Amino acid sequence: MSRKLLLDKAHIAGIETFEVYRKEGGYRAAEKALKSMTPDEITEEVKKSGLRGRGGAGFPTGMKWSFLAKPEGVPRYLVCNADESEPGTFKDRFLMEKIPHLLVEGLIVSSFALGANTAYIYIRGEYAWIVHILEKAIAEAKNNGFLGKNILGTGFDLEIYVQRGAGAYICGEETALLESLEGKRGNPRIKPPFPAVKGLYDCPTVVNNVESIAASVPIINMTGDEYAKIGLGRSTGTKLISASGNINKPGVYEIVLGLSVEEFLMSDEYCGGMKNGKKLKACVPGGSSVPILPHDLLFKTANGETRLMTYESLSDGGFATGSMLGSGGFIVYDEDQCIVENTYNFTRFYRHESCGQCSPCREGTGWMEKLLWRLENGQGKIEDIDLLWDIQRKIEGNTICPLGDAASWPVAAAIRHFREEFEWHVTHPKEAMERNYGLRKNIYVAPTPAGA
Amino acid sequence: MKFNETELKEVERLVSRYPADRQKSALIPVLHLAQVANGNWLDAETMDYVASLLKITNIEVYEVASFYSMFNLKPVGKYLFEVCQTGPCNIQGAKDIIAYIEKKLGVKEGEVTSDGLFSFKRVECLGACGYAPMLQLGEHFKEHLTPEKIDAIVDEHRMKAGL
Ligand SMILES: Cc1cc2nc3c(=O)[nH]c(=O)nc-3n(C[C@H](O)[C@H](O)[C@H](O)COP(=O)(O)O)c2cc1C
Ligand code: SF4
Ligand code: FES
Repeated sequence: MSRKLLLDKAHIAGIETFEVYRKEGGYRAAEKALKSMTPDEITEEVKKSGLRGRGGAGFPTGMKWSFLAKPEGVPRYLVCNADESEPGTFKDRFLMEKIPHLLVEGLIVSSFALGANTAYIYIRGEYAWIVHILEKAIAEAKNNGFLGKNILGTGFDLEIYVQRGAGAYICGEETALLESLEGKRGNPRIKPPFPAVKGLYDCPTVVNNVESIAASVPIINMTGDEYAKIGLGRSTGTKLISASGNINKPGVYEIVLGLSVEEFLMSDEYCGGMKNGKKLKACVPGGSSVPILPHDLLFKTANGETRLMTYESLSDGGFATGSMLGSGGFIVYDEDQCIVENTYNFTRFYRHESCGQCSPCREGTGWMEKLLWRLENGQGKIEDIDLLWDIQRKIEGNTICPLGDAASWPVAAAIRHFREEFEWHVTHPKEAMERNYGLRKNIYVAPTPAGA
Repeated sequence: MKFNETELKEVERLVSRYPADRQKSALIPVLHLAQVANGNWLDAETMDYVASLLKITNIEVYEVASFYSMFNLKPVGKYLFEVCQTGPCNIQGAKDIIAYIEKKLGVKEGEVTSDGLFSFKRVECLGACGYAPMLQLGEHFKEHLTPEKIDAIVDEHRMKAGL
C-alpha cells in the first residue's frame, strides 16, 4: 500500500528546476485552481480531503482556512511555517531541498484560496542554503508567469518571500513566529485573538506547515474525495516521517497513514530494523515533545491491537499507554540507551528554548533540568522522582503556549514507563555516573521484536 | 563596520518585502548580513548601525540579537563549529565528537584558537537528526561526523585561511 503524493518525483534529476518540474506535470494544480476554481471551491476540496495540519497539532487544514476573517480592504497573509526545530524532525528540509517547486506551487494554490497576495516562508535560520534553493525556485516561477502580477491572466497577484529566523525553537509556535517575522523577540502571543483574525501586522493570517501547504497540490490534482480515500479513517493521505536513532536506515519516508508501526520500523522499505542487531528499547514516535513509548507498547496498543501510524492509533490509550503522531519525528532507542539521560537531554533543550514569559515554564523547566542532571549523575534522591512528577504536572496547561506541555510530557512519560530506571540511578550512584543504564544488560533485557 | 554598496542594496531588497513602515521586519535578515560583514559576531557599534539603517531604536536591536542563538555577541573563530547535542545526535555519539573537537582544537567551548581560526559551541537540534552526529559550519551542515571527518574539515579550513 505504499504510495507517494509529495515525494513521488523528488528523486528525478533536475526536479529542483522549473523546467523539469513543469515537464513532470508540475504547476497543473496551480493552473486548475486559478483558472477553473473559486477560492471557496478550493477550500472545500481541502476540507473534503480530510488533510490535517502536518506541523504537529493535526488541526484540519480546510477548517483552519475557513476560519480566516475577511474584512473589506484589509490584506490577508499566508505564512508558511518552515521553522522545523522539533528534535527528531527534518522532513520539511527534505521536501524544500529536493522539490522546492512543490512548496511554491502549494503556496500559489493556498494563497489563492485564502485571498492572500503576500506569502512569507519563515525558515529556521540554520537552513541557510535552503533559502537560496527556495529563492531560485520563486524567481523561476515568477519568470514563468506563476507569481507576480495578474498570474496566468486571472487577475490574481502573489509575491512569496523567504524570511530567515536565527535559532529559536519557540519561533515554530505560530504566534511567536509572527512576532519574529515582525522583527521582534519570539515571545508567543496570548490567544485569542487568533492569527485568523489578528495575525501578521494585525491582519488576518493563516500559518501552515510546509508539508500541509505542499499537500494542497495533490489534493487539487486528484480532488479532495480521492485524497480522502488514501489513508485510514480520519488520518487521510500520506505523511512524511523523519526517522532517526538506532536504526539501519535513518532518513525521510513518505508513508500512507495506516501503515503498521512494526512494518515502518522493521521492514527494509522503511527504517530497515534495528542497527547492529540490537534490541528495541523505546521509541518517541512524533518528535521530542510526545510521550516516549516502551517497546512493549510500540507495535501493539494496551488492548493488544496492532499499533498503526495514524493520529488515532498512536494516541490510543491516551498518555497512560499511548503517544502522538505529532510532527512525525520518529526517534528509535536501542537497549544500550539510557532513558534518564535522554529525558535530561530533552529537558535541557526545553529549558534552553523557553522564551521565559511564563513562570511555570521558565522556572519549571530549569528545576526539572537540575533534578534530572542530579539523577543522571548519581546525586539524586528517590523523592526527586516524585518532585519531577509534581513539577511537570504543574507546568502542563498553565502556560501561554504549548511549549510548557511539550516540556512536561516527555518527563511524565519517562517516569511512567521507566520508573525503575530512575530509581536505579538513585540506588547505584557510582555506576550511574560511569555508564548508561542501558548498557547494563544483566539488569535490563528487552525482548527482540519479531522481524516484519 | 559599515555595509558596502552590494550589502546596502541587499538591505534595500530585504526592506522592500514588507509593507511600508514595517521595515523592522527586516531586522533579523539584516542582522545576519551584519554579522557576516563584521567577522562573525555583533558588537554594539554594529547593532547601533543596523538600528540607524532600519530607523528603529538601539534597544530594539539588542533585544532581538540577544534572543536568538545564531547571533554571536562575543567574538568567535573565523570558523565556528556549532555541534548538535540534542537527543537523536546524543544517542549517535555527539558527546564523543564534541570531546574530540575540544581535544583537536585545544580550546574549551566558547574560546577561540590562538590563530583566530576556530571555535566551537554546542547547539540544539538543527534538523539533521537522521544524519547524526552533525555540526553546522557557516551556511552548511557537516553530517555523519567521525574523528577523521573532523580532521579533514579542520585541515581544509586551515588551508583555506592560508595556514
Ligand atoms: C513550541 C512549538 C513549536 C512548534 N514548532 C513548529 C515547527 O517547527 N513547524 C511547524 O510547522 N509547526 C510548529 N508548531 C505548530 C505551530 O504552532 C502551528 O500549529 C503549525 O505551524 C500550524 O500548521 P499546520 O496546521 O499546517 O500544522 C510548533 C508549536 C509549538 C507550541
Ligand atoms: S510556555 Fe514557555 S515558551 Fe511558551 S510562552 Fe510560556 S514561557 Fe514562553
Ligand atoms: S538532534 Fe542533532 S540534528 Fe536533530
